Amino acid sequence: MIFGLANPQRFMSATRWVGPVLGGLAAILLAVGIWLSFTAPPDYQQGESVRIMFVHVPAAWMALFVYACLGGASFFSLIFRHALADAAAKAAAPLGAGFTALALATGSLWGRPMWGAWWVWDARLTSVLILFFFYLGYLALRAALDDAQRAARASAILALVGLINVPIVHFSVNWWNTLHQPASVFRLGGPTIAWSLLLPLMIMALAYTVLFFALWIVRTRTEVIRTRAEALTLRRAGGA
Amino acid sequence: MLHLDMGKYAVFVWTAWALSALVLAGLTGDTVVRARKAKAALARAEEQSK
Repeated sequence: MIFGLANPQRFMSATRWVGPVLGGLAAILLAVGIWLSFTAPPDYQQGESVRIMFVHVPAAWMALFVYACLGGASFFSLIFRHALADAAAKAAAPLGAGFTALALATGSLWGRPMWGAWWVWDARLTSVLILFFFYLGYLALRAALDDAQRAARASAILALVGLINVPIVHFSVNWWNTLHQPASVFRLGGPTIAWSLLLPLMIMALAYTVLFFALWIVRTRTEVIRTRAEALTLRRAGGA
Repeated sequence: MLHLDMGKYAVFVWTAWALSALVLAGLTGDTVVRARKAKAALARAEEQSK
């Protein structure tokens, strides 16, 4: 079924309503998540500042997840020269850059009261900053090349190189001594966060994920439509 | 019960939430505007190629 959707025409007809439906679902999840985030009790150590976690952690998870999607789409674009995979990669990059910028900014706002510093060059923060630069590099490379096929190939290679950084970001808190805390949700032995804080965190993470898929699908559709419009214009110009 | 008094952390918590709202709304708005522009461009191209 997934491979059937690789056909741009089939993808367009199958996803016509998916974006708006997922967008509506994301709005509902966000409303519930915000309510739960501000009805949860303060943390016994971090006090009210723990509420930054509900926007910081989902943004950080999405920064990594979106890059994995970008890398996967780039792989299919590079190996199979698939136009839809390239459209999906191109559509994912600005979303990932937005989530990563948000993770860095909210992390800084959480770090200041907890660590006494806006920024430290520890392994987690530095590897996320490198991830952000990979997103920016990808977007800049795409914008710099006029030839669409060359842009697709070069940016796909850059995206695949950047995939090396994804496990480094994830495991940085285990591999090095960092000021950033180690994983407290997805870890062997289960989460170490109290249920009252874990529930709003998971709902917010789900809201961010659903919103990403809604926006990703709409942006991929937009790329297909834009390519079609350009092809029609070029054909007309060639025939005139 | 709603906890809206962030005490000494207010500036950090509310700035983080405001930034998040801004970025998510910005990404959504940008996506919608681009989709509308692309649809209009396709409609124009189809009209001209008739």
